[in-house]
Amino acid sequence: MYKLLLCIRYLKTRYIALACIVSVMLGVATMIVVNSVMAGFSTEMRDRLHNFLSDIVIESRGTEGIPNAAAQMDRVQKAAGQYIAAMTPTIEIPGMMTFTDPWSGETFTQPVQIQGIDPAGKASVGPLHDYLDSFNPVIEDGQVVRKPLRSAEETVGWELTAEATAHRRKNQERRRMYLREIQSLGNSLLPSGRPTESDTPATDSTDATTSEPAAPTQPPAAAAPDFDTPSTTPDTADPSAPATAEPASAEPAPADAPPMDEPQAQPPQDADVPSDGTGGNVFLADQPQDEAIREEPLATRVYVGEGLVSFMVRDEETGRSRKVMMVQPGDDVIFSTVTAGRPPEVIKFQATVVDSFRSGMGEYDGSIVLMNLESLQKNRGMHTNNAITSIHIKLHDYADAPQVLKALEQAFEPGLVSIRTWEEKQGLLLSAVEVETAILNVLLFMIIAVAGFGILAIFYMIVVEKTRDIGILKSLGASSSGVMSIFLSYGLGLGVVGSSAGVILGLLFVRYINEIEDVLSWITGRKVFDEKIYYFFEIPTAVSPWMVFWVAAGATGIAVLASILPARRAARLHPVRALRFE
Amino acid sequence: MAETETLKVGQPLISADAISKAYDKGQLKVPVLRGAGLTAQRGEFISVIGQSGSGKSTLLHVMGLLDSPDAGEVLLDGNRIDNLAPAARDQLRNHVFGFIFQFYHLLPELSLLENVMAPLMIRHSLLGFWKKRREIRESALEIISEVGLSHRLRHRPSELSGGEMQRGAIARALVARPEILLADEPTGNLDAETGAGIMDLLQRLNRDQKLTIIMVTHDESIAAQAHRTVRLKEGRIQGVAWEDAA
Repeated sequence: MYKLLLCIRYLKTRYIALACIVSVMLGVATMIVVNSVMAGFSTEMRDRLHNFLSDIVIESRGTEGIPNAAAQMDRVQKAAGQYIAAMTPTIEIPGMMTFTDPWSGETFTQPVQIQGIDPAGKASVGPLHDYLDSFNPVIEDGQVVRKPLRSAEETVGWELTAEATAHRRKNQERRRMYLREIQSLGNSLLPSGRPTESDTPATDSTDATTSEPAAPTQPPAAAAPDFDTPSTTPDTADPSAPATAEPASAEPAPADAPPMDEPQAQPPQDADVPSDGTGGNVFLADQPQDEAIREEPLATRVYVGEGLVSFMVRDEETGRSRKVMMVQPGDDVIFSTVTAGRPPEVIKFQATVVDSFRSGMGEYDGSIVLMNLESLQKNRGMHTNNAITSIHIKLHDYADAPQVLKALEQAFEPGLVSIRTWEEKQGLLLSAVEVETAILNVLLFMIIAVAGFGILAIFYMIVVEKTRDIGILKSLGASSSGVMSIFLSYGLGLGVVGSSAGVILGLLFVRYINEIEDVLSWITGRKVFDEKIYYFFEIPTAVSPWMVFWVAAGATGIAVLASILPARRAARLHPVRALRFE
Repeated sequence: MAETETLKVGQPLISADAISKAYDKGQLKVPVLRGAGLTAQRGEFISVIGQSGSGKSTLLHVMGLLDSPDAGEVLLDGNRIDNLAPAARDQLRNHVFGFIFQFYHLLPELSLLENVMAPLMIRHSLLGFWKKRREIRESALEIISEVGLSHRLRHRPSELSGGEMQRGAIARALVARPEILLADEPTGNLDAETGAGIMDLLQRLNRDQKLTIIMVTHDESIAAQAHRTVRLKEGRIQGVAWEDAA
């Protein structure tokens, strides 16, 4: 009885014990917050990975794919039909995408992963609707700045939105102006169209190799002024003219306004391409040379990953980041990839961007281009045997995955395809995250261990301070184990109080983490958590009750462990010496 | 009563025989007691007098089982108690002995009432205490009123005067109904008047409750108030003086 009473009294009267409580509390709170946020991020990441990959992926070993998509899917259906909710054939092939940045007029070529999909099929195995820009509102600072361009009921397809069509028409219109202008300029000033090249500034020569095949993509470049309206434009060469040009873009005058800089100089060169002989490409072959103006979108259509064609600009004044798109729906881009033949040959073809998508996985958004399956098959020469490289399968219940894997492995001859769940396919990334979490937990637990040593030191002090009281208790008949249990329960008390306070603090922090983030942003003047960088509007958190329990139990355990040594010392004190202690 | 008389004659309540005790001071062994002995009959009031370092406190501690002798033995009712197991010694300290110290040694975190109840809290488990809490409280209150501190129940030791603290300490020593009260310089830290009050209290307890008291002091006038005075010098008994009042 006295143990409990004294223990409570010591807890109440020793302010130094508050230091122990605070250290335990902070350790526990930190662990809970970090674990919750990490779990939140990791759950979110897994969801996004999972959603994009579907549940099970069957992939051919080679880029030439497996023939007869329908038969293969029949085979899957026969093998494990009862588990399967949906499946869709896909072609996955690495390639290059070339586009012109309207800001600088530069032409960029980037490595991409081209995925040939059937939009309806893709939408049936994953939330494609949620990814596509035109189906989603644009939200800035919690406010909708643009409503979804398409209604959610609309099925995903390859049609351009009205906005994209308008954008395309405007571009083509402007391009036509150019051509006319330059033609007349050329006719009046120069003996032939060719010498216009001499007007072409240096940039042209530096990327002459890319600019020639890329020439047909110049329409977006010609439309450069169109993008110049944002205040942070990197193109400061002609700041005033484009700004005024934009609202009246349909009129011929603004089109004249931009001076003769490099992107505008290129269209005539574009016209020269076929005569150069260098442009005798696959994609040029099926496009009449004289048809410089193409108001109708091309047959090959793509959704481009947002990360591929956008970059973030930080507004120095507000400290906010803003996304700038280099390619808009309605623009044309060029793809280079290989045919399915043996050996593969390089092919190039043009495609019209229908939409941009954002899956939330930077890895995907910065590399993947979704293309219509038939066009990709045609371009790669896979349409004759309806070949595909992979089948994405969505299950009714992901828990059935092992059975399905087994059934599919029996259905397909070994070596032909690899069959993996999304987890196996992303195994490296997932295990990296797991290892990271584990290491972080170990490190954080060390913080609590440090708190434990603090408790040890403070307890030693308390035992020294209480030496005489220990002597008194012993003279009153208290046993050594009784004295020891006073200090052990003192440690337990500190641990329990500290852990409880830590749990409460941690959970409150997690609950109000976004508000806290706002306050921190307000204090520091910088966005602590920039949703545009992380793709999250709010900091994701996931609190697992077991995690909270184990953290609290662990911290309490450490507090008790730390009190063992001082408690033993207290128990072993000789009563007489303790009483004489001054 | 006749039984007590026989005991009184035949067997002392407590006796310490030929106690030797030395303390380690670094390399040196400093002898404190060199074969000192003391015998107390039931109901006796004995004072042990000696100078500082004569070993009188150590003798008291050995008899009260706070310390163990190097040689010699302590008998309670004829049974040897100095070599008992720690648990049994704890029990005896709780049940048989009551201690009073020069510096009162009340627990600073507890109120006076809680301090007085402390020996009974130690005796009973949490459950046992809960069952008997009213009883324990009653007896504590009774003893506190006996020492005249009923108006100070809720006060902390730091809020009490020296005399009040010592009265509180006496109440704490008595609450467990001990057979022997061991007092180590109970008036050593008090002025003469307050000290006299404490001595009156001890004498009253001895007279009314037949409580056996062994008191250590260096003050002749205080020592003289006991039935007999044992003089201790350099760890040995020098002589015994009987008081008339006995």
